[in-house]
Amino acid sequence: MEQKKYWKGLEELHNTKAHQEIVKNEFGEELPFDESDSLLGATTPRRDFLKYLGFTTAAATIAASCEIPIKKAIPYVNKPEEITPGVPNYYASTYAVDGEYVPLVVKTREGRPIKIEGNTLSTVTNGATTARVQGAVLSLYDSARLRYPTISGTETTWAELDKQVAAALNSLGGQPVVLLTSTITSPSTKKVIGEFLAKYPGSRHVTYDAVSYSAMLLANEAAYGKKTLPSYHFENAKVVVSLGADFLGTWLNPAEFSQQFGQTRKINQEKPEMSKHFHFESMMSLTGANADERFTHKPSETGAVTLALYNAVNGGSVSGIADKRLADGIAKAAKALKNAQGKALVVSGSNDVNVQLIVNAINNLVGANGATIDWATTANYRQGIDSEMAQLVSDLNAGNIGALLINGVNPAYDYFDGKKFADGLKKAKLVVSFNDRKDETSELCKYAAPAHHFLESWGDTEGKTGYFSFTQPTIAPLFKTRAFEDTLLTWSGNATNWVDYLKNEWMSKLGGQEAWDKTLQDGVIEPSTAPALGGATFAGDVAAASAKISSAKKGGKLELVLYEKVAIGNGKLANNPWLQEMPDPITRTTWDNYACVSNTLAKQYGEQLGDDYEIHAAKNVLRIKANGKTIELPLIIVPGIHPDVIAIAVGYGRNMNAGAAAGGVGQNAYPLVSYNGQTFDYFASDVAVEATGTKYDIGITQQHNSYEGRPIIKETTLEEFIKNPKAVNEDREELAKYGSDYRADATLYPNHPYPGIKWGMSIDLNTCFGCGACTIACQAENNVSVVGKEQVIKAHEMHWLRIDRYFSGDENNPEVVFQPMLCQHCDNAPCENVCPVAATNHSSEGLNQMAYNRCIGTRYCANNCPYKVRRFNWRDWNGADSFDNNLYDVSDMNDNLTRMVLNPDVVVRSRGVMEKCTFCVQRLQDAKLTAKKEGRPMKDGEAKTACQQACAADAIVFGNVNDKESRVAKIRNEEQTERVFYVLEEIHTLPSISYLAKIRNKDAAPKAEGEHAEAAHHG
Amino acid sequence: MYRRVSIRLRKQLVSVLILCAGLVLSVSTTVQAADPAKGKALFQANCASCHNVHKQLTGPALKGVEDRWSDKKLLHQWIHNSSSVIASGDPYANALFKQFNQVMPAFPAFTDEDIDNILGYIAVEGARDPNAKAATPGAGGAAAEEGGDNSLLFGIITLVLAVVALILMQINSNLNKLAGDKEGVATPEPVPFYKNKAYIALGVIVLFMIGGYFTIQGAIGLGRQKDYMPEQPIHYSHKVHAGINQISCLYCHAGAEKSKHAMIPSENICMNCHKVINEYHGPDLFTAEGKKINGSAEIAKLYDYVGWDAEAKKYTKPGKPIEWTKIHNLPDHVYFNHSQHVVAGKQQCQTCHGNIQDMDEVHQFADLSMGWCINCHRTTKVQFADNKYYSIFEKFHQEVKDGKIDSVTVEMVGGTECQKCHY
Repeated sequence: MEQKKYWKGLEELHNTKAHQEIVKNEFGEELPFDESDSLLGATTPRRDFLKYLGFTTAAATIAASCEIPIKKAIPYVNKPEEITPGVPNYYASTYAVDGEYVPLVVKTREGRPIKIEGNTLSTVTNGATTARVQGAVLSLYDSARLRYPTISGTETTWAELDKQVAAALNSLGGQPVVLLTSTITSPSTKKVIGEFLAKYPGSRHVTYDAVSYSAMLLANEAAYGKKTLPSYHFENAKVVVSLGADFLGTWLNPAEFSQQFGQTRKINQEKPEMSKHFHFESMMSLTGANADERFTHKPSETGAVTLALYNAVNGGSVSGIADKRLADGIAKAAKALKNAQGKALVVSGSNDVNVQLIVNAINNLVGANGATIDWATTANYRQGIDSEMAQLVSDLNAGNIGALLINGVNPAYDYFDGKKFADGLKKAKLVVSFNDRKDETSELCKYAAPAHHFLESWGDTEGKTGYFSFTQPTIAPLFKTRAFEDTLLTWSGNATNWVDYLKNEWMSKLGGQEAWDKTLQDGVIEPSTAPALGGATFAGDVAAASAKISSAKKGGKLELVLYEKVAIGNGKLANNPWLQEMPDPITRTTWDNYACVSNTLAKQYGEQLGDDYEIHAAKNVLRIKANGKTIELPLIIVPGIHPDVIAIAVGYGRNMNAGAAAGGVGQNAYPLVSYNGQTFDYFASDVAVEATGTKYDIGITQQHNSYEGRPIIKETTLEEFIKNPKAVNEDREELAKYGSDYRADATLYPNHPYPGIKWGMSIDLNTCFGCGACTIACQAENNVSVVGKEQVIKAHEMHWLRIDRYFSGDENNPEVVFQPMLCQHCDNAPCENVCPVAATNHSSEGLNQMAYNRCIGTRYCANNCPYKVRRFNWRDWNGADSFDNNLYDVSDMNDNLTRMVLNPDVVVRSRGVMEKCTFCVQRLQDAKLTAKKEGRPMKDGEAKTACQQACAADAIVFGNVNDKESRVAKIRNEEQTERVFYVLEEIHTLPSISYLAKIRNKDAAPKAEGEHAEAAHHG
Repeated sequence: MYRRVSIRLRKQLVSVLILCAGLVLSVSTTVQAADPAKGKALFQANCASCHNVHKQLTGPALKGVEDRWSDKKLLHQWIHNSSSVIASGDPYANALFKQFNQVMPAFPAFTDEDIDNILGYIAVEGARDPNAKAATPGAGGAAAEEGGDNSLLFGIITLVLAVVALILMQINSNLNKLAGDKEGVATPEPVPFYKNKAYIALGVIVLFMIGGYFTIQGAIGLGRQKDYMPEQPIHYSHKVHAGINQISCLYCHAGAEKSKHAMIPSENICMNCHKVINEYHGPDLFTAEGKKINGSAEIAKLYDYVGWDAEAKKYTKPGKPIEWTKIHNLPDHVYFNHSQHVVAGKQQCQTCHGNIQDMDEVHQFADLSMGWCINCHRTTKVQFADNKYYSIFEKFHQEVKDGKIDSVTVEMVGGTECQKCHY
């Protein structure tokens, strides 16, 4: 099979001069070499160097030979029975932030949570997590959290706060109390709210979602009479059409959907079938990047595209679509949907009620209800209705609200007219914020009554009807905070505290202490047998909705679309350095938001390929005017975005009170949202753009670690795979010329023996969606440092596991493939041979070991690694050195509070040493030890790496290859013999990680324009 | 009277020793014979928290226990499950139950051999005079000193011979000079040895080597704390607890079986016994400097930490933690797991911590250097046949079967690789 050309960026595609240069350079920065002619004339002459060398050696000797510090060992006074120092405890909990529903198991060591895993007992998520869920443990130790209640910014006691608030509540003069929260999925919390509001007649609870799904709720009400969300079952769908819904990245509950969708993407030669995924969108989203067929349109055309799809499914023809490719795509999607009656699903990311109604109509036509959409078990993921929020803001401004209690939302920042909200807020008599920090909204509130972090809280969550997940404290509250529910109970005069309230509530339902204990242990309660999927009768007015869509105003020349980034989301977790530094799956950008534009559009605003773009960090800054607001952001070229569309991520531009990591990073794009009288629009159909002529530095990891065009990805289409499953690995036949056994015959040297265990990993490129959960899981598990934007620009990022994103094909409609890249633990490792001090060497279990304390930092190994997976500590990021001045701290990682997140079983690396993926050796050792202590052989699956455990789609399988019954051995030797390949196998590094070739469910690969021309020429 | 008893004891001791020697000699033929060493380990791990051989604690003193029970079988049954013996109506068992008013926990996991071993240990220990000083360490020390003497002797002889050689060489050169003068051959004036370049060069080289040796030794020794014996906030004597009273190490250091940390016991563990034991009546205690310690005052210190009022027999103050000075310090980049060594490796505490039961004040016994760890890993055998975990090492099993190797060391299963301890 002919090797496709893969490129990380356009300059690689065009192979510009600057690109060639940067590939040649190992370092992403100028090296401080002084090449002067006269030795003594240099700024650092050799003599000085020797002097400093002598001095530092002497100084270090003296420093080291001083007295050894006396260490104390302080035992408990009264040891809690369940804690054994050095042995982790696990508690079930739930990630229920802003309506997401991810049941968790939290690992604690000596009473502090250090790692979050998915709860495999939940049938909703089956143990799936996302990058944000993995990162949430760091937010617990956020030094920007409020540490005590305040009145007008000064510390107070809870008693004083209660007294003052009670007095204020009693002197409202009949004006209503409004409780403004994000989506609450806890039935008990809702009950507490209800009891509180009952005390104050005329009061109400307003739910506000920073990124709204109001249109879906309203459209469902119009179509099915249910103002709720159904359960989606992607695993039952043979054909999925997504109209801009980023269901693998940010849409509703991505952990659940990734897990479901992953099931339909698993394929082998015995059973060569998989789902087909069409994607229509304006920008390039994570889900779009994973689509089999992807088409772009302007955001103002969303309605037209949806309508055209409806008509085509309904037997009509595609009309009203000017773009030929798009129209063909719609026709193709419609045909596929019709052919997959009862096994099809259409989802839409639009927040337009009419569009969502048409989507409901399409789903009704293709028999999705009761098959891929379940109306019997509904989901509570989002509950906010935009008009209620708009009404509240106008009531506030009219002075009609007595008291406003704000929990978990930040409208001063993320409401489209934040200023109007802030002005209105000042007119309320009593304003209380329960938010965890002094954010944009809290700083306007007189009273701050900070609530616990969810890892410190009690709670219950009903993600879907009948599907409960529980929250219990994994640590005693770090600060003088109080549960939101406790505060409400106090203010409603109920003397019961929240724990007892919750317990009473459930004890009566479950019938006793034992059942309650079991529930907390399991973490979830679910129906004993999954209820049958329920359908619904469609009763929407399609004609009216289509009329409204058709009459919608046409877009201008340029349009804008707002989106959530996979890592940062709506901005609530913005002060999380792990998430800030996680490269965006598509743009590979860290620490900023920016204007995503196409290559053609970029050219109009001064970026020329072949000069600076992507080689240097400085990007041209654009001034973008939309909806009467202006925002200035640097541009980033994203292949595959619609040529007339600019995409900007929300969630950035927090103020300095949000914390050291979030403060002042990027610009706030929420003001560009508009309100159409019914719902919020996350796009602008007419945008004016101009180049400001200024530049702005952005930390992109895209250019780091180049393969210089070596073939490292294998992929094929489903059609070709069925025809000839062996084709994808045709080039492996080349290896035969080295002898019948490539491993043994292609080298002069003896192989390493692996008498007991031989660890190995398999990564399925078909089910890796590039979401980055593994990257953050690895960071949390292995104490991987955050380096900050300035250092990312210098290519100093430390992630042990990166997800490479490659484009191929046409630069305007490229195909995308994600490849997780981590240490391959080669059996013939190039790094091991070049280490002058044998700091990196091979273990008898196939691990490429790295002894940090032996490393002297020559970096030869990194230079010799063909996979570019070794990371050098250019600075002391973690406070591992004894000299304070060596610290380079960008994210409070040296604050004693933040350091509590560090995994005590993994060393914190100091400056000047190399590090890399260890296959989570601490977990492997632990699993082996458990087996050894019990005197039994280790079971397959007992040792799990952090990345494997985090992966929602189960793309990563890990185990002992010597055990022929292990999953990884079976994948290699039985199930996937045709798809298995090793990266750069031909150079005889003998990696321990095998990949499974990607298979696209499409007819033929699109040819790049250049290739077309060439083909025509040859023809 | 006393003398006679002690003489009798001594006689018994001699006879027991002879018996033991006989047992050791005949160990190859009699498999079933009791092994007091194994019994000691079992006794300390399982029995010592309630029993002493010579003294009555929670349970009776065990000296002569075999004579007190009419039937050995019954005694075995009693140890396996004492309640069943009481229930059977055995008069002695019921008397015991009445006297101590509690049931001894059942030990169903003990094999008959285990029990014989324990009884064997009790017999040996019972025959020993509890007040007699242990003789073996002194003997070992003397042997070590002898070794030291030898090398010193060799050193002195070498030095003397070197000086003699030097003098002879000087005499030789002087005689040569004289002979030359006599025969009229002009020989240069002999240079005094301290000006002789050859001697100076030799001297410099020797000094350099000695200096280098000590520099390198010093550098390697940086951060090592062998024999470190800091003063602790309470003069806690392991000798009193683990030695004289034979409390199992694991009773206090419970983490050693479960965790990477052996755990310094929390104060509530101390109070399990010290609620009752509020005075010290054992042998006199001294610090390393020879200062006498008042044991009861040290117990009072504990009461002060935990807030216990010994008069009123209740807690009157909130407890505060004891800040012990940590003796065994490993660098942060070393992962060490106690449970791995104690449970999987079946190592005794004393292997690394020395004869802790004889230490009044604990000092660091081993230097805890990497070389020390590695040396042990090279020679120590894993529980290859007994532990099913090792069943996956098919190659080694085959080699054992074929007689190519007789055992598998820690090193052979990867125990000296970097990432077994550094990650």
